[in-house]
Amino acid sequence: MRPAPLWRRYDRLSGSDPAADVKDELRFHLETKVDDLIARGWSPENARKEAKRLFGNIAAVQRLGERIGEHMERRRRLSDYWADALWDLRFTLRMLGRDAGFAVVSILILTLAIGANIAVFAVVNTLLLRPLPFPDAHQLVWIAPAPRKCGFACATYSADAYNRFRAQSLSYQDVTGYFAFSTADNLRLMGHGDPQPATGIMVIGNFFKVLGVQPALGRLFTPDESRRGAMPVAVLSNAYWRRQFAADPSIVGKAIDLNGMSTTVIGVLPAGFDFGAVFSPGGKADLFQPLILEDARLMGGIVTMIGRLKRGVTLAQAQAEGTAVEPHLCWRDDIAASCGFYSQDPNPMRLRTLKDYVDLRLRRSLIVLWSAVGVILLIACVNLSNLLLARAAARGKEFAVRGALGASRGRIARQLLTESLVLSSAGALLGLGLAFLLLEWLAHQGSLALPLLSSLRIDGAAIEWTALTAAFATLLCGLVPALRMAGGQLSEALKDTSAGAGQGRSHDRIRSILVVSEIALACVLLVGAGLLLRSFLQVLDVDLGFQPDRAAAIQVDYDDGGNVPNAKPEDIYAHRVAIFSQILSKVRSLPGVTAAGMVDYLPMEQNREWGAPVPKGSSINANNLPDTLAYVVTPGYFRAMGMTLRGRDFTWDDGPKSATVVVLNETITRFLYPGQDPIGKTVTLNGGDVQIIGVLRDVRDSNAENQPSWQMYFPATQQGPAGMQLIVRTAMPPSALASGILHALRELNPYQPAAEFRPIRSIVDRASSPRRFFMMLVTAFALLGLILATLGIYGVIAYSVARQTQEIGIRIALGASASHVRGMVLSETLRLAATGIVLGGVASLASARFIASLLFKTSPSDAATYAGMAVGLLVVALISGYLPARRASRIDPIQALRIN
Amino acid sequence: MDTSKLEFLRGTLDVLILKALVWGPLHGYAITDLIRRQSDDALLVEEGTLYPALWRLENKGLLEAEWGLSENNRKAKFYRLTAEGRRRLRQEVKTWEAYAAAVAKVLGAARPPLPEEMA
Repeated sequence: MRPAPLWRRYDRLSGSDPAADVKDELRFHLETKVDDLIARGWSPENARKEAKRLFGNIAAVQRLGERIGEHMERRRRLSDYWADALWDLRFTLRMLGRDAGFAVVSILILTLAIGANIAVFAVVNTLLLRPLPFPDAHQLVWIAPAPRKCGFACATYSADAYNRFRAQSLSYQDVTGYFAFSTADNLRLMGHGDPQPATGIMVIGNFFKVLGVQPALGRLFTPDESRRGAMPVAVLSNAYWRRQFAADPSIVGKAIDLNGMSTTVIGVLPAGFDFGAVFSPGGKADLFQPLILEDARLMGGIVTMIGRLKRGVTLAQAQAEGTAVEPHLCWRDDIAASCGFYSQDPNPMRLRTLKDYVDLRLRRSLIVLWSAVGVILLIACVNLSNLLLARAAARGKEFAVRGALGASRGRIARQLLTESLVLSSAGALLGLGLAFLLLEWLAHQGSLALPLLSSLRIDGAAIEWTALTAAFATLLCGLVPALRMAGGQLSEALKDTSAGAGQGRSHDRIRSILVVSEIALACVLLVGAGLLLRSFLQVLDVDLGFQPDRAAAIQVDYDDGGNVPNAKPEDIYAHRVAIFSQILSKVRSLPGVTAAGMVDYLPMEQNREWGAPVPKGSSINANNLPDTLAYVVTPGYFRAMGMTLRGRDFTWDDGPKSATVVVLNETITRFLYPGQDPIGKTVTLNGGDVQIIGVLRDVRDSNAENQPSWQMYFPATQQGPAGMQLIVRTAMPPSALASGILHALRELNPYQPAAEFRPIRSIVDRASSPRRFFMMLVTAFALLGLILATLGIYGVIAYSVARQTQEIGIRIALGASASHVRGMVLSETLRLAATGIVLGGVASLASARFIASLLFKTSPSDAATYAGMAVGLLVVALISGYLPARRASRIDPIQALRIN
Repeated sequence: MDTSKLEFLRGTLDVLILKALVWGPLHGYAITDLIRRQSDDALLVEEGTLYPALWRLENKGLLEAEWGLSENNRKAKFYRLTAEGRRRLRQEVKTWEAYAAAVAKVLGAARPPLPEEMA
């Protein structure tokens, strides 16, 4: 074989072509054959025919050859590609190993940004994207009036309304509900040493069946167990079964003593069912008992309704049916006047999927958080892009040489992208670890009133999201430098021996643009965080109507004889009053206790509604007034809570035989008695006359942010309370008195469980915990963004000083003072920062409108926040510019001029 | 014997091609030529089977191809053995010889084999 001449080597210049190769090869064969035949004496014509005949089916062979050729070509390209990639990877690792500082900083930046992104994604995925942990969860519907700011009290229906709704609605496989007003630790479990507090939830018998929850052990309720007079039974939550009964596998069928009542355990729920996580964020539920609807009829609006739609029924169809059924619902079937009660309610029934109900309040916050971490990722990538660009510029000559030696622009761009791929993959892996730690921590924050918190975890979707984030970061970090270097003039770079020539200048411009956009993004985050912080401070500043500090509450157990059959009501009252006054006088006598009182529902926890009071003799229809929150209290409660009362407090003398009395809040009296003094006036309540003895300054009843509802207070001497909380106001931190008070209660009642001694402050904090948590997260993200932006400014200024060393050296040699040089560098810093702040301010104004609904008493264009952001950023920018400025002013001109 | 109808046993063509390339790179036409002459015109390789066999061997990495100029000054595709191809050839030759010897023993036998236990 002789080698092919040069010109022939280039006839495949435009790339390989397997089809043409096959054709050429076969043509050569035929021509040679023809030559042979001619040499053997054939005529050229016949020789050609013979050669073709001998070959047989040329076309088929040719097709086969093309197929094999293409296959080989593909394989060759692929193996070339991987060989190149492997080479790039090795080279990158070597480069990064040589510049470990750069590698560590950039991987750290990416770890923080990607980790935050994964963690927030996991939260968003759990709360917004993933279906609720029930089978066919999309069929589950929350049936309630449109949301108002009074919590459960306006989201419940009476037992009769429930029964009728269930009977008349055709859209549902079944409708269920649960008793909405259970308080924490409302039961005491006996027989395990000291009485143990437990939280029991009453659910309608079919509750678990409708949700699709199967017991882990035993069975669910039978219809008979929900009838009056049935043997008491209970189903345990999995956590309670493990905690209290050490996961006893033979618990089913055993009897436990709840409040002195022998109750049979019939089942244990699966670990995957967490009632609190879905229905009462931050709350716990230890065991479930069937709600006896016949007994619950007289209790008013007590159940929340949840339905499971039939297959194929849409929410809109169910809504239309619900609107039609609602006027037929009665508060009490035997009171004709109460029929149609629910459709008179100012907020008609509005159906939502259970999922919407669970994440309604969080949706917007979560989307804001998601955007915030997205911005963090952008800032981190821009930052890294800048760092990589600086490195690439420093390596300009290396690339130019490689280009001159035949490396294509694509290869050089690939090399740069490989670097950013290595960095972002490392960042993604570490970020996954960081997110894991964050979520572990978050999932155990039981004090946060966020739903589904305990089911936070890194799942397949989160890992996919990680990969997506890493790919995004790779492109974002690597693309600008890659395009820049690959597109640059190679010969320019080769000639660019002195820093400061053309290429350098245009690099500076890109780097400045990157830094300005970084500052602008950080601005948006800072403004958002600032607005949320202001809102939070405003919330803390709200006058709650009571003093939460130095006060604590404990659930009190008492036996007033109400369980004894045929007990006379007046005996029960007398008994109860005696118990309460005894407890209070005993507790008040303890050293350090300044006041004590009792109430059945604490503000910012559960509540209950009764019909509104109407001034006696007025023509106002009580049905047109808002339902009113009702509290039953002992004398001294207002003082113990630090509430402000005008008029007189209840006394022990307000007994069953004296005139019935009530204390109303200002919101009611302002409406019922505009411009008059309500004290001493008489209102009609449930058909009876009640005298107003005092007006209470409004108390925030659901949380600090919502306006107070209508509230009224009755004395425990005249009304039956639903359980009792003892409130103690102390001169020292309340926790110091906890054991003394529990001891005093035990002396009076050996059955008093070791219930939690809860500072009132913690109840208030808990009510604002979602806002606090959200504010803290956004602030943390904003600080992270600020740090990254600062690094960015520092990087750009330091680099530009290093690049201008010669120029600055000349200036100093020509007599420029150190302060002049410093000023020059600082003014460059300020120019970048100011541009970024102005752009960021404009972007913030636009984006702040999006979070307006999350703000509290704070305008989205709050001037103080914007001014604070601008000043803060400028100061930080100046600090980060000062270091390079000082370095610049200390340049030794002689050394600077000698560099090249 | 009608040489043109002498059919190759399966796999035999591959080993013949490998053998033909032992002395140096050849193009397809020269390979048929070499096999024909080496076998005193007993073995005629059909073009329709030769080229697919060459491409298959190239695809398996037993051959390498390169374009060059033929003796009649035409552009031709030359095949050469790779190290892998050389190794395969040695192995195939051994197998073939063992096979051929065994067949020859059977065909050349003058009397039936002795009973097994006496052998």
